[in-house]
Amino acid sequence: MRIALFVTCLADTMFPQAATATVRLLERLGHEVVFPTEQTCCGQMHVNTGYQREAVPLVRRHVRVFDPYDVIVAPSGSCVGSVRHQHATVARRAGDVRLASRAESVAERTYELSELLVDVLGVTDVGAYYPHRVTYHPTCHSLRMLRVGDRPRQLLGAVRGLDLVELPAAEQCCGFGGTFAVKNPETSTAMLADKMRHVLSTGADVCAAGDVSCLMHIGGGLSRLRTGVRTVHLAEILASTEQSGTVSVASAGRS
Amino acid sequence: MPTTTPPVTAPTGVGHLRGDESFPTAARRSLADPQLRRNLRHATTTIRAKSAGVIAEQSDWEQLRTAGAAIKADTLRRLPDLLEQLEEKVTGAGGVVHWAADAVEANRVVTDLVRATGADRVIKVKSMATQEIGLNEALEAAGITAVETDLAELIVQLGDDRPSHILVPAIHRNRAEIREIFLREMPGVDPALTDDPTALAAAARRFLRETFLSTPVAVSGANFAVAETGTLAVVESEGNGRMCLTLPETLITVMGVEKVVPTWRDLEVFLQLLPRASTGERMNPYTSMWTGVTPGDGPQTFHLVLLDNGRSAVLADEVGRQALRCIRCSACLNVCPVYERAGGHAYGSVYPGPIGAVLSPQLTGIEDNASLPYASTLCGACYDACPVKINIPELLVHLRAEAVESRPRPTAESIAMAAAAYTMDRPRLYAAGQRAARLSRLAGRRGRGLPPPLNGWTASRDLPEPPAQTFREWWAGR
Repeated sequence: MRIALFVTCLADTMFPQAATATVRLLERLGHEVVFPTEQTCCGQMHVNTGYQREAVPLVRRHVRVFDPYDVIVAPSGSCVGSVRHQHATVARRAGDVRLASRAESVAERTYELSELLVDVLGVTDVGAYYPHRVTYHPTCHSLRMLRVGDRPRQLLGAVRGLDLVELPAAEQCCGFGGTFAVKNPETSTAMLADKMRHVLSTGADVCAAGDVSCLMHIGGGLSRLRTGVRTVHLAEILASTEQSGTVSVASAGRS
Repeated sequence: MPTTTPPVTAPTGVGHLRGDESFPTAARRSLADPQLRRNLRHATTTIRAKSAGVIAEQSDWEQLRTAGAAIKADTLRRLPDLLEQLEEKVTGAGGVVHWAADAVEANRVVTDLVRATGADRVIKVKSMATQEIGLNEALEAAGITAVETDLAELIVQLGDDRPSHILVPAIHRNRAEIREIFLREMPGVDPALTDDPTALAAAARRFLRETFLSTPVAVSGANFAVAETGTLAVVESEGNGRMCLTLPETLITVMGVEKVVPTWRDLEVFLQLLPRASTGERMNPYTSMWTGVTPGDGPQTFHLVLLDNGRSAVLADEVGRQALRCIRCSACLNVCPVYERAGGHAYGSVYPGPIGAVLSPQLTGIEDNASLPYASTLCGACYDACPVKINIPELLVHLRAEAVESRPRPTAESIAMAAAAYTMDRPRLYAAGQRAARLSRLAGRRGRGLPPPLNGWTASRDLPEPPAQTFREWWAGR
């Protein structure tokens, strides 16, 4: 299958390992990955901070860039959530009905990674090997905006060598929330403290999630506390094989 | 609605819809109080578990939510007609209906009605609407004492405090603190009072019994009003409401106009949704309903005050309107991770938590509560919990756009956002920006110390080190 990669601005700029892992994983599964280089950002940060007018050109760009593709994937529940639940609204609010309808069409073809693997490609065992004790944070937008359900868990459950441990209060927000973490830093930190306490209680050496933004937040806190627990994107675990050895562990970049 | 032209928003200087500080500033103080955070965590965790348990028993919960949302949406579509029908039925049953465009008018109406009875004290059923308009303060200014009879509301009143939760106003207090308040403020309390919940309840009961039996005027709110019959309904857990609604000679009910439902049958849906979503009970211990007056039984004079106070303005906003579906169950507060840490007072309004973050700025106008729509991570737990399916995250995003568009520009944020959008709409510039950001990060201190306003982030979190190459650089080099 020919799959267009929507890499998301944060992954592109700060966490390319989540995106390169997505490419390696999909290619290993025999699919063709294309990266439309004209893409930049879905505009979620603008929309969620109240700058809907500023987001209109970004929505227009996103729709124009991805409209030619039948299947689009992003290693981010949050950005897929924005494409699916915000783009058409932003367009309609700006009075552009045609853009809204094209945005809806693109949204229908856009999948979060675990959705693509399980629902579209019909695979739960991707042949990965990852010998670590892992706890999984489901991330709010994957959990509630997209309802990805237990798909990530199904995928992780099939990874050889992986010891999956339940995260207490997993469904609670880590406190990131985009600009929330900047506008309400103390409340955000209080939420993060509880999330970290729960992560540490599992004894896991890796905290995984499907959103680099949440991982940046949790990882930033764990790093400050020098816990030694690493944060890793789901795609990095799924891309890992015995052949690739320690690649994804080394690329995690936090120790 | 047959009022004079309603004000666009709730007036300033009266009532409790506006805080003195922005949410982040007020939250900072609550966050610094470890006892408050323990009390909140304990209470919300307990209510969440209880509510989840009884909701799980109900196999048609999702259909009930859908029905609740649909009834409310239908009601809001034809609100003026339903209110006129309600007025006609209440009047026909011997009640008197008053229309109050705002808090000032509602307070004046109630104060005049109490004065006309000659009473200098009223007993009150817990009511969000009267809290919203600051009725107790207005009565006090007129020399009338208002005694709250709901236990938690009484604790708040005696403690000279403000409610911090819609349903559990004293959620931020533990029983040791309550004992202190009773000993200090409750007339005739036994000095040997312990902090045992039964002893505390008994002390309040002794005090309240005396008050019930000696006060001829009561003021209540209403959970529902049935347009087809003119029936008012109050649901509560302690029986104090039942006492207030049946013992006095005069009953004055203040009700937000959105509380009306079309038919008696509609109550069936809400009387299932409300208790399970709010207190985690299968049904309310006390559900009191009355239609006008009944000669020889209960209050012989009944006044209904229909309160707008900004609601017409909310109704006029097609996206914002859904906030008027709210049945004040507090489910969104109890699941909100932000409320759990920051507490209710941080919201500055009688409506705290996620629903407060969308309702308060709509009632007051966004300028007066501009920080509230940002008091959320948009995690969506509130939307999942809402028994009438108010899409609170959608509303928050909608109101954030209003907040931004109502602000005079430019601000540092608007310049940054415009610059980011400009850059992100130009892939080459965007790639150059990525490289520049990496270079400046590498040249500076790693991991820590961003400039304001981003320093809040690095106060408690490390930023990741920038990667050696961006994804698009990696892709180009394949």
